[in-house]
Amino acid sequence: MSHFLALYGKRLSSAIVTHFWYVVVSVVFAFVIAFILGILLSRMPKRANLILPVISVFQTIPGIVFIGLLFLYNGMVPSTVVIALTIYAIFPILKNTYVGIINVSENFKEAARGCGMSPFQILMKVEVPLALPSIITGLRISTVYTVSWAVLAAMIGLGGLGELIYAGVSSNNNALIIAGAIPAAIMALLFSLAIDFLRKALIPKQLRRDSK
Amino acid sequence: MTLDMIMSHLYLVLAAVALTIIIGVPLGILAYFYKSVRKIILWVVEVLQTMPALALLGIIMVFLGAGKATVVIGLLLYSLLPVVQNTYVGLSEVDPAIKEVAQGMGMTKLYRLWHVEMPIAFPLIFTGIRIAAVTSVGTAVFATFVGGGGLGSLIYRGIRVSNMTMIMSGTLALMVMAVGCDGIMSHIEKRLYRRFSPRKTI
Amino acid sequence: MIRFEHVSKRYGESLILDDLNLEIATGEFTVLIGPSGCGKTTTLKTINRLIEPDKGKIFIDDQDISQIDKVKLRRSIGYVIQQIGLFPNMTVEQNISVVPKLLNYEKARCNKIVRELLALVDMPYEEYAHKYPSEMSGGQQQRIGVLRALAASPPIVLMDEPFGALDPMTRRILQDEVSKLQKKLNKTIVFVTHDMDEALNMADKIIFMNKGKIVQIAAPEEMLENPADDLIRSFMGKHSKDQEALPQTAADFMRSDIYSCYRNRGVREAIQQMARRKVDTLLVKNLDDTYAGTVSIKSIRNHGKDLKTIEPLITQENAVSYVDEDAQICFDKLLNGQDSYVVVLNHDGTIAGIVTKTSMAKSLADAVWGDSQ
Repeated sequence: MSHFLALYGKRLSSAIVTHFWYVVVSVVFAFVIAFILGILLSRMPKRANLILPVISVFQTIPGIVFIGLLFLYNGMVPSTVVIALTIYAIFPILKNTYVGIINVSENFKEAARGCGMSPFQILMKVEVPLALPSIITGLRISTVYTVSWAVLAAMIGLGGLGELIYAGVSSNNNALIIAGAIPAAIMALLFSLAIDFLRKALIPKQLRRDSK
Repeated sequence: MTLDMIMSHLYLVLAAVALTIIIGVPLGILAYFYKSVRKIILWVVEVLQTMPALALLGIIMVFLGAGKATVVIGLLLYSLLPVVQNTYVGLSEVDPAIKEVAQGMGMTKLYRLWHVEMPIAFPLIFTGIRIAAVTSVGTAVFATFVGGGGLGSLIYRGIRVSNMTMIMSGTLALMVMAVGCDGIMSHIEKRLYRRFSPRKTI
Repeated sequence: MIRFEHVSKRYGESLILDDLNLEIATGEFTVLIGPSGCGKTTTLKTINRLIEPDKGKIFIDDQDISQIDKVKLRRSIGYVIQQIGLFPNMTVEQNISVVPKLLNYEKARCNKIVRELLALVDMPYEEYAHKYPSEMSGGQQQRIGVLRALAASPPIVLMDEPFGALDPMTRRILQDEVSKLQKKLNKTIVFVTHDMDEALNMADKIIFMNKGKIVQIAAPEEMLENPADDLIRSFMGKHSKDQEALPQTAADFMRSDIYSCYRNRGVREAIQQMARRKVDTLLVKNLDDTYAGTVSIKSIRNHGKDLKTIEPLITQENAVSYVDEDAQICFDKLLNGQDSYVVVLNHDGTIAGIVTKTSMAKSLADAVWGDSQ
């Protein structure tokens, strides 16, 4: 173990840091974009009913394709990874934001109108808070996927924990595979726990239903 | 060439889904029957799904070496969550009145499970299987990195040699497979739900 | 004062409001009632512009509301809806202070309002303010719904079947509370319901609508006495005075849910039945179901220990009446005799029921005040 750390410790820590930032930056971008798009779509449910199926078909494209295509066009720069991961992470959040808002009961919206809230106030004070459980579930799915697909950054030589796994796989070095895989798994779990924590902090327990 | 890859991709997915059913449904039943193991089972399958696919495959590869077995087991572990969870939820959501009637007629626990509770829970379990299958089509792309073949290798090679046609044809085949699989199974699912009492999909 | 001038509204083919002209005086409790689809809810919702009329104008204190900003207008009008509509993501305190916050009241002022309002309905601030709607009963939730509508002290409050989803008991209590609040705070309340009991109980003035038109506007008493047409009369149902409501015969007063047993039954069984029903006498019938007499616990106690059946203990001393006997004669038997009830028989001699002092009082009460369910 200590031997391993002496040999790969530096490489490992820099891989973790790179991986972490790929995930955080992509998910934050994706969240902002998806949240806004989701709200816009919820203002025009008729068009959304056409757009969403298209989106879920696109979601079947594996992340590797996004990274691969962008690599061909954009070259070997970190932005390639971030853009690809962002695109991929948008879908679940977008879908859950839209569905969450659309499912807010008309009663609450009418009550809010009756109280004299402007459309924007209804959105921010009633619709978004009530859609929050669904939105956060989407965020969680996206984040976990992103940790997973970020492993592929190494495929185009851009570091992250995938680099160790790749190196291990191609050189039959089990220690290296484990050194990449275990931190990646732990990172995914920690992100998922962090989002659970966020969920608890943001949503009163009376509203929490286990929506998966 | 491509057909070969599609077939091997399908083979990986089918093998994994079959195994998932064989292992996942009994796990769901266990979780339903025994409160003591319920939390552990549900927690473990959730953790497994949270793990990055490639990391999971890498860890399995350490034990099983490169090859199809590694991929199939990886996909299996990865798809357990929807099947186990839906089996458990489906069984526990069976109307208590129906359970009581069955009990009142003198059915044993296992007889009741097989003849009453499983048939009622089946549509929901099938939904879990559909989700597992569609996810597996996508996840099987990773197979190429641990020597399992499939469409992932086509796409990967396309990226390596900057061949747009290869990437696109691989991607297209994948999408068709995923959408087709989802479409066919959703269709069956709808008929199942119609046959049984109407309720919501999870 | 709220004034409707030639207000019409149509949805596609159907005319929902048909040239409505109407005045609602300040400080009055006005109830809009009518069959479903009569336009009562639409009328209500045009007042806070949740629905815009196609034609005509609505004035509040002589100001045309179509000239007032919608959002501003709604903040000055309280609104309570049927499905309660408390925001589930907000606590009681946050729900009540929604409108004050929209009006940018200071925090301390909002808090003071919440405390005062909760005190009005006897819900202690400490206990309820931080609860979420899902932690309260339907009745409590709707109380908060009403308070929320009152929070910014709007002079006008609109209520759209606010108690429709509640059980009859809670409903009644809330009706009384709202009536009291209205008198105390001197609000103009416009209240939609399809329940005539509710209308009669709360209204200063009832507006009866049908097919988008007003059929009658009257105070409850007046509407009871002079319903404008048959539809209103049928809505009044049991309340209206011209029904031949007063009970006439013994049958009108009797309880028919009675217990009886055959004369060949064992003593022990009879005792058990009395214990179970918590009565001290049993009605006894012959094997052909005709009335045989009564057996009291007292006579069983005195003589019954050695007997096999109750047959020797049957007496026919209890007062008897027939179903079509004049009610007054039946009353005399009940009030002047020593028995606690009169047995009412059908003409074939079978038992129809009994008249007790309680059943008599209840029938009279029903006749006077309507079915007290």
